[in-house]
Amino acid sequence: MERPIRVLVAKPGLDGHDRGAKVLARALRDAGMEVIYTGLRQTPEQIVEAALQEDVDVIGLSCLSGAHNHLFPRVTQLLKEKQAEDILVLGGGIIPEEDIPGLLAAGISAVFTPGTPTSAVIDYIKEHVKR
Amino acid sequence: MITEKEPMKPTDWAERVASGDRRALARVISFLENDDRQGVEVLKELYSRTGRAHVIGITGPPGAGKSSLLDKIIGELRSQGKTVGVVAVDPTSPFSGGAILGDRVRMQGWTGDAGVYIRSMGTRGSLGGLARATYGTIQLLDAAGFDYVLVETVGVGQSEVDIVRVADTVVVVTVPGLGDDIQINKAGITEIGDVFAVNKADLPGSERVATELELMLDLGNHQIWRPPVVLTVAATGQGVSELVRAAQDHYTTLQKEGKLAERRLAREKEALLLRLVERVRREILSIWAQKELSELWAALSARRLDPYTLEENVYKAWKGAKDE
Amino acid sequence: MAEEKDLRKAKEAWEQGTLAKVTARFPERKAEFTTLSGMPVERLYTPLDTAELDYERDLGFPGQYPYTRGVQPTMYRGRLWTMRQYAGFGTAEESNERYKYLLEQGQTGLSVAFDLPTQIGYDSDHPLAQGEVGKVGVAIDSLADMETLFAGIPLDKVSTSMTINAPAAVLLAMYIAVAEKQGVPSRKLSGTIQNDILKEYAARGTYIFPPKPSMRLITDIFAYCSQNLPEWNTISISGYHIREAGCTAVQEVAFTLANGIAYVEAAIRAGLNVDSFAPRLSFFFNAQMDLLEEVAKFRAARRLWARIMKERFGAKDPRSMMLRFHTQTAGCALTAQQPDNNIIRVTIQALAAVLGGTQSLHTNSRDEALSLPTEESVRIALRTQQIIAYESGVTNTIDPLAGSYAVESMTNRIEKEAQAYLERIDKLGGAVAAIEQGFIQREIQESAYAYQRAVESGERIVVGVNKFQVENEQPPEIHKVDPEVERRQCAKLNELRANRDNGKVSQVLAELREAAKGDDNLMPYILESVRAYATLGEICGVLREVFGEYQPAVIF
Ligand code: B12
Ligand SMILES: Nc1nc2c(ncn2[C@@H]2O[C@H](COP(=O)(O)OP(=O)(O)OP(=O)(O)O)[C@@H](O)[C@H]2O)c(=O)[nH]1
Ligand SMILES: [Mg+2]
Repeated sequence: MERPIRVLVAKPGLDGHDRGAKVLARALRDAGMEVIYTGLRQTPEQIVEAALQEDVDVIGLSCLSGAHNHLFPRVTQLLKEKQAEDILVLGGGIIPEEDIPGLLAAGISAVFTPGTPTSAVIDYIKEHVKR
Repeated sequence: MITEKEPMKPTDWAERVASGDRRALARVISFLENDDRQGVEVLKELYSRTGRAHVIGITGPPGAGKSSLLDKIIGELRSQGKTVGVVAVDPTSPFSGGAILGDRVRMQGWTGDAGVYIRSMGTRGSLGGLARATYGTIQLLDAAGFDYVLVETVGVGQSEVDIVRVADTVVVVTVPGLGDDIQINKAGITEIGDVFAVNKADLPGSERVATELELMLDLGNHQIWRPPVVLTVAATGQGVSELVRAAQDHYTTLQKEGKLAERRLAREKEALLLRLVERVRREILSIWAQKELSELWAALSARRLDPYTLEENVYKAWKGAKDE
Repeated sequence: MAEEKDLRKAKEAWEQGTLAKVTARFPERKAEFTTLSGMPVERLYTPLDTAELDYERDLGFPGQYPYTRGVQPTMYRGRLWTMRQYAGFGTAEESNERYKYLLEQGQTGLSVAFDLPTQIGYDSDHPLAQGEVGKVGVAIDSLADMETLFAGIPLDKVSTSMTINAPAAVLLAMYIAVAEKQGVPSRKLSGTIQNDILKEYAARGTYIFPPKPSMRLITDIFAYCSQNLPEWNTISISGYHIREAGCTAVQEVAFTLANGIAYVEAAIRAGLNVDSFAPRLSFFFNAQMDLLEEVAKFRAARRLWARIMKERFGAKDPRSMMLRFHTQTAGCALTAQQPDNNIIRVTIQALAAVLGGTQSLHTNSRDEALSLPTEESVRIALRTQQIIAYESGVTNTIDPLAGSYAVESMTNRIEKEAQAYLERIDKLGGAVAAIEQGFIQREIQESAYAYQRAVESGERIVVGVNKFQVENEQPPEIHKVDPEVERRQCAKLNELRANRDNGKVSQVLAELREAAKGDDNLMPYILESVRAYATLGEICGVLREVFGEYQPAVIF
């Protein structure tokens, strides 16, 4: 049996929009992944530490409150500090088109915006997990 | 990065785990979960360092508040200056093989604390309320130097009592309002508990559950330890320090009476036996699909061959395969 | 009943004759038709489906029990609904400008959106506020900001709705204090605070304190306002967010009214007479895409609430039984793809709200799924309401869809199914217990996931998303929040802390702390605190110390 991919689905910042994150968590589970959900109001530090303790393959950051430019790069930066760049980091939520290049440059592998089918996220993860 | 170009040797992993390297610990747990041989090799290196942690198992029906209680138990232990490793097991979906590991979210407040390590785990097909990798993980956490190792089982029904095979102290969590269909005595959990928590004591009926438990426990034959019953409210932390004290008393009693080593040895032996049986089971399964056998199935079906002779034949075939 | 029998026969004959002939050659598009919420929809509704409806008992007349047909006797023939666009961003200065613009455009009430730190009781310089200040609403740290927010807006002339929940008492106190400075007595203030903590736990996420002290703050507000702000809606019991989190129409009605029941019970337990506060309870619903289902939902909610207030709580004042509500069109129905299509969606949703008899309405903008709306988009959204109001003709007669076999039948069904949920929730110990046990959250999530799967499988069509897509869409201009807001806001806050009477601040906060430990009404203490320019974060900090913080029940 192939080992299940482990994913941390996280809600950084004060944003309370969790519908998308929870739908995604379930979809990933139904695709055979092990999903750990952090709950709301997480700091980048907490997210990275949880990801390391859980030895996840993927961190999924969901943010709809507009704080992504502040929060997402902080997560990738901390991962770098911990030498954990082998964790794939995805972002999703309300992310304006023009912010995406900056996030990609900061080490977010891909950004998914409203209307994306969860199957696209699943395919992306399966194709891109780094280990 | 942890995926070094040069593959690390078990001794290196062991050293890193023992020195408190969180990433190494996390990765070795993954080896165990994924049946990667490296995991066991590391455990071999570390076994001599185990035996120091007090292992507390938390079990009880789904939604009883095990994780919420754990959150508060961690707090109590931290305020005593102790370090805590946690393994929390949730069920894997038999359909997709995936899982939502939902225990961590209740303890997520501890994530920044250097004295706490939390690991979530899916059962991945195990039925006893734990995952196959749970025991090894406990040993790793023990070797990594945590004073306490807390293990949360999946929400158990009647027969998932593997926790007694891994814990020094088993805390059984129950709640009021489970209804008559899940009576505590039927669940067989009175036999496995060293400490009982009646959680959600803020809800009506908890006193009654506690009394029933006490009565039931009075019937038991307790040599050195009579399991206490503690009322708790995980939401507020009420009763938690009492609960922790009870678990600690249980542990010191075991130590004082010389039962701890006995209990652990029995556990180790049982685990060993299970591993051996599992190993044999797998080997037998590997010849199960062989051609030679499939011819015999027809004979069995047509009643030309009896199953007992067949058993002899399969056994011999397995032994033959072994001796080759 | 002879008629009924005849009709049944006639219907069968039609089914086996005329209909069967056609369906044999041209089968219907689907085997089963359902509403957006998954409620089965019949091919045809006839008087057979509304046979048990008793006009006077179940529908009655507008402004009369059970209010199915509306809460006012003349409805929109008398006065149109209040057009109220939810807005706020950046600093108090910027939001103040937007409000003045909206009032100039013919909007008739204000609706304030606060940023997340404000909603969660943190000052703008709190570490967790980083990156969030002024992003999704206006940042308010102290009375000084509130003074700026309403500068030049006479508070006795506008009605103001504030989407504020956990710290509602603090923002209300600030509003009262601003009015004082304008020389407007609190008796003259009209408006609404959302103040609905239960749906924050269940669906919206800006909770602070655990349920018990939160309910106390709410009943303190009820009591204070019944004495001092008779025109103020002390709570807006909200199904909107629950629906947006993914639930069905029936669940929206059920969970909202269950929360309503919990508030009424809490207030009665706190010693209030039901008719002293119930007339000031208001509601807030969603208007989704399925027009008929939505109209039925509003009507069912009105009837059900009236019955609950009369039968369960023994209310005597008719106003206690009237379910008055604000409506917002469904944001989650709006798409990032081909955003102009959203204008049409909003039109249908707004029409549902009006046909359902709403008292006030927010229409979402076409850029809903992209960012906060631009000024131009907000204008189109407001124009949509104005076109319905002045051109469509639906406002000329009251409750025009009444008597439709389909709508009456759906109204009955929604009421019945919501009632069944209410019974289940009662069994669990009421809404607070149901939320603590995660029951409501689980129900919402199941529905949200089912919807997502239906869209992904193509079973449910969303135009532009899973059908009729276009390649290479050009992203439209979107609203941007000035990234400097946070720095400016923190600077203002530092200045405030340096210039106010800090001795006075510690004194009022100490008094607040003591009061919080006891059981005095907290409103007067909070009012004293804001008058002394204690910040929102300081006030909530004191309450956090005494009350603790809510631990969410995350459920899958
Ligand atoms: C539903 C909703 C709500 C609900 C949330 C319910 C809940 N529990 O989630 C309610 C009504 C409570 C709500 C409240 C608010 N909302 Co709102 N809300 C929305 C809305 C309409 C839809 C979001 C949604 O759930 N969609 C359905 C889910 C399934 O889609 P999704 O989250 O986008 O997720 C998909 C993708 O984005 C992606 N994805 C998302 N996360 C992730 C993560 C990873 C790792 C990956 C790979 C993919 C991924 O995959 C998902 C599947 O397709 C959006 C507008 C819109 N149409 O998008 C506004 C919107 C997000 N809200 C907004 C605002 C401002 C608020 C408030 C802050 C308003 C206020 N000032 O009070 C409040 C406060 C909420 C809070 N506590 O933070 C703004 C945000 C503006 C901005 N960022 O600039 C929006 C954009 C509306 C607008 N245009 O003004 N909201
Ligand atoms: N009223 C009350 N509710 C509680 C208490 N403890 C936990 N809960 C609630 O019970 C629910 C389940 O709590 P968990 O801690 O997840 O229970 P669990 O036993 O870990 O659940 P599983 O791991 O899924 O088996 C949550 O909604 C908690 O908020 C308590 O003492 N009183
Ligand atoms: Mg648990």
